[in-house]
Amino acid sequence: MLNDHILTAITLLPAAGAMVVALLPRKGHTIQWFALLVTLATFVLSLHLPAHFDYARRGFQFEENRPWISSPAIRYHLGVDGLSLWLVLLTTFLAVIGVLISWRAIETRTKEFYFLFLLQQTAMIGVFVALDLFLYYGFWELSLVPMAILIAMFGPARGRQAALKFFLYTFLPSALFLVAILWLYAKTGTFDFVQLQDALTNQPSLFSPQALWWASLAFLMAFAVKVPVFPLHGWLTDTIQEAPTAMAMVVAGKLGLYSIVRFNLGLFPAQARLIAPLMIALAVIGLLYGALVALAQTDMKRLVAYSILSNLSFCTLGIFCFAVAGLNGAVFQTINEGVTGGAFLALVSLLYERYGTYDMSLYGGLASKLPMLATLYVITALALIGLPLFNGFVGEFLVLSGSFEAHPAWIAAATIGVILSASYILWMVQRIFYGQPSPLAANRPAVDLNAREQLMLWPMAVLMLVMGVASPYWIRAIDGAVSGLAGTSAGTAAAPASQAVSAAAAGQETQ
Amino acid sequence: MNDALRILPEIVLTVAGVLVMVVDALMPKASNRKPLGWLAAVGILGALAASWWQYRLPPGTGYFGVVQTDAFSVFFHILIAGIVLTSVLIALDAVTPETEGLGELFALMLFGSVGMMLMTSAVELLLVFVALEISSISTYIMAGFRRKSAKSPESALKYFLLGSFATAFFLYGIALIFGATGTTRIDGISAAVSGNHAFGLLHGGLAMIIIGLGFKVSAAPFHVWTPDVYEGAPSPVVALMSTGPKAAAFAVLLRIAYGALPQLHGHWVPILWWLAVISMTAGNLGALRQHNLKRMLAYSSIAHAGYILVAFTALSADGVAAASFYVVSYGAMNVGMFAVISHVGGYDDHLTAIEDYRGLGYSSPLLGGAMTLFLISLIGIPFTAGFFGKFYVFAAALHSGMVWLTIVGLINSGVAAYYYLRVAAAVYSRPAAAAPIMSLEKASFPLQLALLLTAAAILILGIVPGNVLGAARAAAQTLSSASDSK
Repeated sequence: MLNDHILTAITLLPAAGAMVVALLPRKGHTIQWFALLVTLATFVLSLHLPAHFDYARRGFQFEENRPWISSPAIRYHLGVDGLSLWLVLLTTFLAVIGVLISWRAIETRTKEFYFLFLLQQTAMIGVFVALDLFLYYGFWELSLVPMAILIAMFGPARGRQAALKFFLYTFLPSALFLVAILWLYAKTGTFDFVQLQDALTNQPSLFSPQALWWASLAFLMAFAVKVPVFPLHGWLTDTIQEAPTAMAMVVAGKLGLYSIVRFNLGLFPAQARLIAPLMIALAVIGLLYGALVALAQTDMKRLVAYSILSNLSFCTLGIFCFAVAGLNGAVFQTINEGVTGGAFLALVSLLYERYGTYDMSLYGGLASKLPMLATLYVITALALIGLPLFNGFVGEFLVLSGSFEAHPAWIAAATIGVILSASYILWMVQRIFYGQPSPLAANRPAVDLNAREQLMLWPMAVLMLVMGVASPYWIRAIDGAVSGLAGTSAGTAAAPASQAVSAAAAGQETQ
Repeated sequence: MNDALRILPEIVLTVAGVLVMVVDALMPKASNRKPLGWLAAVGILGALAASWWQYRLPPGTGYFGVVQTDAFSVFFHILIAGIVLTSVLIALDAVTPETEGLGELFALMLFGSVGMMLMTSAVELLLVFVALEISSISTYIMAGFRRKSAKSPESALKYFLLGSFATAFFLYGIALIFGATGTTRIDGISAAVSGNHAFGLLHGGLAMIIIGLGFKVSAAPFHVWTPDVYEGAPSPVVALMSTGPKAAAFAVLLRIAYGALPQLHGHWVPILWWLAVISMTAGNLGALRQHNLKRMLAYSSIAHAGYILVAFTALSADGVAAASFYVVSYGAMNVGMFAVISHVGGYDDHLTAIEDYRGLGYSSPLLGGAMTLFLISLIGIPFTAGFFGKFYVFAAALHSGMVWLTIVGLINSGVAAYYYLRVAAAVYSRPAAAAPIMSLEKASFPLQLALLLTAAAILILGIVPGNVLGAARAAAQTLSSASDSK
């Protein structure tokens, strides 16, 4: 019973919560508490998924499939597989963190904020669970609206421009994406992912190769902007600078990367392989470019933004190398990026709440004054640079090892990016926490993490460690979903992922 | 008696309109005339009920075959009744008891809707023409209702001059078609076209009719009047005239294209294809440059006319249904937008610049939230009427192989997002402390009702469009079966 409706419950609970928020009085912290309750309830509900997930089974689970609109034939079709399972959990987990981080940061217009925040959760979860392209597109576009409004509302300096930029960057390619969806429907008469996949594999005569190529490009373009892939990242820094932290944490990465794996690899494997060389090149360029630009930043938020660009390029690289290990690593790294990148943004914003600036040059010597914050900061930094024992290591190792055989030169270049990322992050830690206390740090009262902040950061830190040590728990679900993709694309599967995973684990033990 | 049932909603509206005028004349000079609006609303509700009841009437014609009630006419009747009802509610919020000519305003709204409704059920081109004139003349007068401002009479005069020119085209088109086929009945024309060789006359007539109706739906290149007229006319009137007469004109165009001249589709499809492309592009590019919200919406309405014309080119029952559905969703979102503008800008339009709306989301969360919903529907974000309308239109077009038209249309909708979004972003930016928007009056009951109606329509059409889609498809079926049977 619960298995049949669990996805609907997880998806719609935040939206239902949003409707209640709209009716709550603006008194005290009522709205915050209620939002926390909703996000916690959603998270707990979503824990049902890994608990009852059948890891041995291929295909989608917890499916719901019901007609919604008869003509055009649109179905309400939800389901998760190993690919989307952890992304749903990541979303519900970050929602709780998002409420906690906003507790003090958002003091005015809380009703508007939490209304839109909860709506955003529904849209994001919906993207991961929707298996009908119409429904998927609905959630995909819906996810733009709360984000754009919140950026306009809370952007400290150029909120309006940043909101417009964010919206249009994603919306414009989505127009062509919609053309491609409609074209697929015109050819097959269905929006259903499973049926479309079937039609594309078994009835290739329905489609002209050229049109198929254009359709796959329209899909890829829409997703690449959302990731973002290198030359399309123009919106990222502004958005991360202007958006409230809780929203900035979820704006990049998972939606786009998931969609590339699900649709470009799932529906258009041949076309994805054709475009792979370009995507690999762009990924490596993005990786190096992001790291180099991050190295030159003094503004912490901009640094985080470029580091996110750099880390996400890593995931893109893993996806388009078409090796099982690389794909596993890319998906795993996507989840890592959600956790670690989110923690990183949260920490930076906690510093801002205390000292009122993002300018690193004004900080210094905070380690002795804020020991707890410094500890968590260092843990996050180490996870970000991929130190063994942490989650980042597993992801990077899988991507690099899985793809090295096919593209040694590109992977060598990517490794330089890994070194660069270690430099800018360690340099940042050094500038903020060590050395002489700056006048700013000396003049302000030192307030270390309070209970709420610890409550939000420790789970993330623990998760970074657990995901690093016990990665096979996550990978086995991912592997079941993506090994087929690499297989259909490559014809022959590359090194089995389980081997690579145990290699990664062995690597950690030797460290 | 049976004949009268075929025009029952029109009769109800006419009686209500006359009643409003009579009561208005009997009331003492200084008394509050706002209750007349409620009287009008009751009349419209009666017409709505009558239209609904007509669904149960077996399809057929009355008065020697000049009016026809079928799923198609009833569909548009209900839509028009909804639009007029909401417009009356908006007017009730905008006007004060001292506003001059209130009785006439409400009576004209009723008479105008008689014309619009009759346009959708007439199957005799001369009756279409008469109905078109009833609707147009009422709107010409209403456009100039704010006599004391310079812009309103200017708007009325422009609308009147260009409008009568367009009606003349329409009439000339009827004459040419009569010359070619010897009849002005829709079914007669389609029967006569088959074996007809007077193609020159027929083509001329078709072109004239497209020009005349193109003006009424403000399709480019016949759109130049739209921004000026929308800017000058009072907002409650714009709510009505930007949707009602357009819906009726599209219904007429559908009846003529698919009912009377389906055999000529090889000629009218390319024409409408180009009109669609030009309208979408000109409308959206024009809207990008606007600073006045009403002018911006005027250009946006040109673009939306273009989207609807896309559906015409699909040449399928789905295309007709998509056009009908889009007219409904466009009606809901546009009327809703003008409801907000009418309240914020007031009857005298003192706040119509986009910058004036900065901070609306703070000074009035209700109005700001409603406006955002209307805007995202106009952009075409999923789960709103606007998205499903566009989706259906372009799905129908693509199904008929109109790939380029679909690409042009959807790129256009991407461009359009920019100017709608500019407004939404302004609504949620921090306002200046002393901005006039901060001292807004609370929305009155009629306005809240109007917002509720339009917002509910947008969400229903966006999330559970099944019923309306079914009605639109039934309407489309009556048109195509009429042409298939020939």
